[in-house]
Amino acid sequence: MRITAEHVIRFIETIAARVKEQRAYLTELDSAIGDADHGINLDRGFSAVLAKLPTVADKDIGTILKTTGMTLVSTVGGASGPLYGTAFLRASMALADRYEFNEDDLVAALEAALEGIMMRGKAQRGEKTMIDTIAPAIDALKTARSRDVDAHAALRESLAAAEAGMKSTIPMLATKGRASYLGERSIGHQDPGATSAYLIATVLVETVESIQPEAG
Amino acid sequence: MKKLINSPETVVGDALLGMAAAHPELIQVHFDPDYITRAGAPVRGKVGLLSGGGSGHEPMHGGFVGYGMLDAACPGAVFTSPVPDQMLAATKAIDGGAGVLHIVKNYTGDVMNFEMAAELAQMEGIEVASVITNDDVAVKDSLYTAGRRGVGVTVLLEKICGGAAEAGLPLAEVTRIAQNVNAQGRSMGMALTSCAVPAAGKPTFEIGDDEMEIGIGIHGEPGRQRMKLQSAREITEMLASAILDDLPFNRGDQVLAFVNGMGGTPLIELYVVYNDLVKLCGDRGVTISRNLIGNYITSLEMAGCSITLLKLDDELTRFWDAPVHTPALRWGR
Repeated sequence: MRITAEHVIRFIETIAARVKEQRAYLTELDSAIGDADHGINLDRGFSAVLAKLPTVADKDIGTILKTTGMTLVSTVGGASGPLYGTAFLRASMALADRYEFNEDDLVAALEAALEGIMMRGKAQRGEKTMIDTIAPAIDALKTARSRDVDAHAALRESLAAAEAGMKSTIPMLATKGRASYLGERSIGHQDPGATSAYLIATVLVETVESIQPEAG
Repeated sequence: MKKLINSPETVVGDALLGMAAAHPELIQVHFDPDYITRAGAPVRGKVGLLSGGGSGHEPMHGGFVGYGMLDAACPGAVFTSPVPDQMLAATKAIDGGAGVLHIVKNYTGDVMNFEMAAELAQMEGIEVASVITNDDVAVKDSLYTAGRRGVGVTVLLEKICGGAAEAGLPLAEVTRIAQNVNAQGRSMGMALTSCAVPAAGKPTFEIGDDEMEIGIGIHGEPGRQRMKLQSAREITEMLASAILDDLPFNRGDQVLAFVNGMGGTPLIELYVVYNDLVKLCGDRGVTISRNLIGNYITSLEMAGCSITLLKLDDELTRFWDAPVHTPALRWGR
C-alpha cells in the first residue's frame, strides 16, 4: 500500500472537521474531570492547521507533519498542545523527506509519536491518558501484521484495540494531568485525551481504508 | 449563562486592549504572540521575572506586571496554558542580561509549555531558571500523581521575588528565594458556585443551592469533596486546619495571611473569613504579621475563597514590604 502526501493532507483535514463536530462532546467529557476546554482547544489548533495546510500542500510528508505539529504547539495550549504537537513532530522526523510510505513506515511513525507523547507527558500506560488509547492500538497493529493479515483488516483490529483502550480509562484512577487532582473522583469518567486520540485513530483508519489496494 | 462580553472568541484580546488603554505608564501589551511587559523592559542588569497561565484568573498574572513584581506575563486562552511562542517572545523581551526566572503553576499543560519555551530560550543563549508553585494542600501529593496545584502562593511569590529582583539580586538568589516561598506557603480553596468558560457557555459543574465544594482549584474543576453549606467560621476552620497541619505551622511562627476571593465573592464576606482566620491562628499561637485580602487569583465569576498562609522570615518580610507598582498591587511608591 502506498500512502501519499495527498492522503496525509486528507487525514489532517478530516481530523480538523471531526474535532469541530465533536468539540462539544470532548469539552463535556473534560468538564467532568478537567477544566472544560479540551474540545475548544483542539478545535482552535486544528482550525489553525487547516489554514496552514495550503502552504505545504506540495511539500514532502515530513514537512506537512512538522508544520502540523508546530502549529498545534503554537495554538492549542494546555497539555494537549505540547502532547499532540510533539506526536506530529516525532512522526515528521520518522517520515522526513518522504512523498509516500508503506505500512511498515506507518508503524514506525506511530511508535515515534507515542514515544514523544510519553517523553513529554512523563506518563505510562494505565494512568488514564491518551496513551491508553494509542499504545494498545499500536500493539494490535503490530500483532495483526505479524499474522500476515491484510492491511485493512490489521487497521480494523488496531482500531478495535484503540476503542477498548479508550473505554478502559473509565474505571481508571487518574494519576497524570488535571484529572489526577480529583483522586478517587476521577474514577467512572472516560478520559477526554483518550477520546480525542480515538477520534484521530478513527480518521487514520478511514483514510487508509479509502486507499485502493494496488493491483497484483 | 450571562456574560458581559462581545464574543467568546474576543474576550481575552478585548480585555488585553482594555488593560493597555488603562495602564500605559505601567505596562505594554504585545499581540501575536500575546504577552504583557513592564513599560521600559528590559531593565538592564536586573533578573527578569516571567509568569503566565490561562486567562480567567485576573488580576493574575497581567495585573502584577510592573515595578517591583513581574517583568512579563503571558495570558493563555481562558483556563488554558499559554504556548511556547508567547513565553519565548516575552523571555527575550525582558532579558536584561541577568537571566530570566519562569514562575510556573503546577499544571501539566503549563509545565510542558514552559519547559518547551525554556529549552528554546536557552538555545538562543538566554539564561533561564524555573520555579514551579505547588501549594494546594487539597491535592494529595505523591510520586504517582501530577502533584499539588499551584494556587495562592504564586501571587505572594511574584511579589516577593519582584522585590528581590528589583534589589539587584542575581538569578540564583532570586530562584532560591522563589523556592523558599513555595516551600513555606500552603493554600486551600472552596467554592459556593461554579463558573462558566465563555467559549463553553455553561457552568463547568452543577452545584445545589445548599451545597459547597471543598478543595477546589482555580479552573472550575471539581474539588475533592461536596458538602452541605456551613458557616464561614466552620469553612475557615476546615481550610485553615488543613493548611496549618500540613506545613506544619507552629506556635511562635510569623505568617502572611492571604484571604483570596474567587471572583464572585464580595469583600465583606472575605473580611468575615479573615476575622475567623485571625482567631484560629491566635488559638494556635501563630501570629499574622502581614495580610492580603481581596480578589487576586480568581476563577472567573466563581463564588468562594481560598486561604494561603506563608511562614515569614526577615528576608521574605523585607521583600514583601518593598515598593510595588502594578495595575493590581501597589504600595510604597
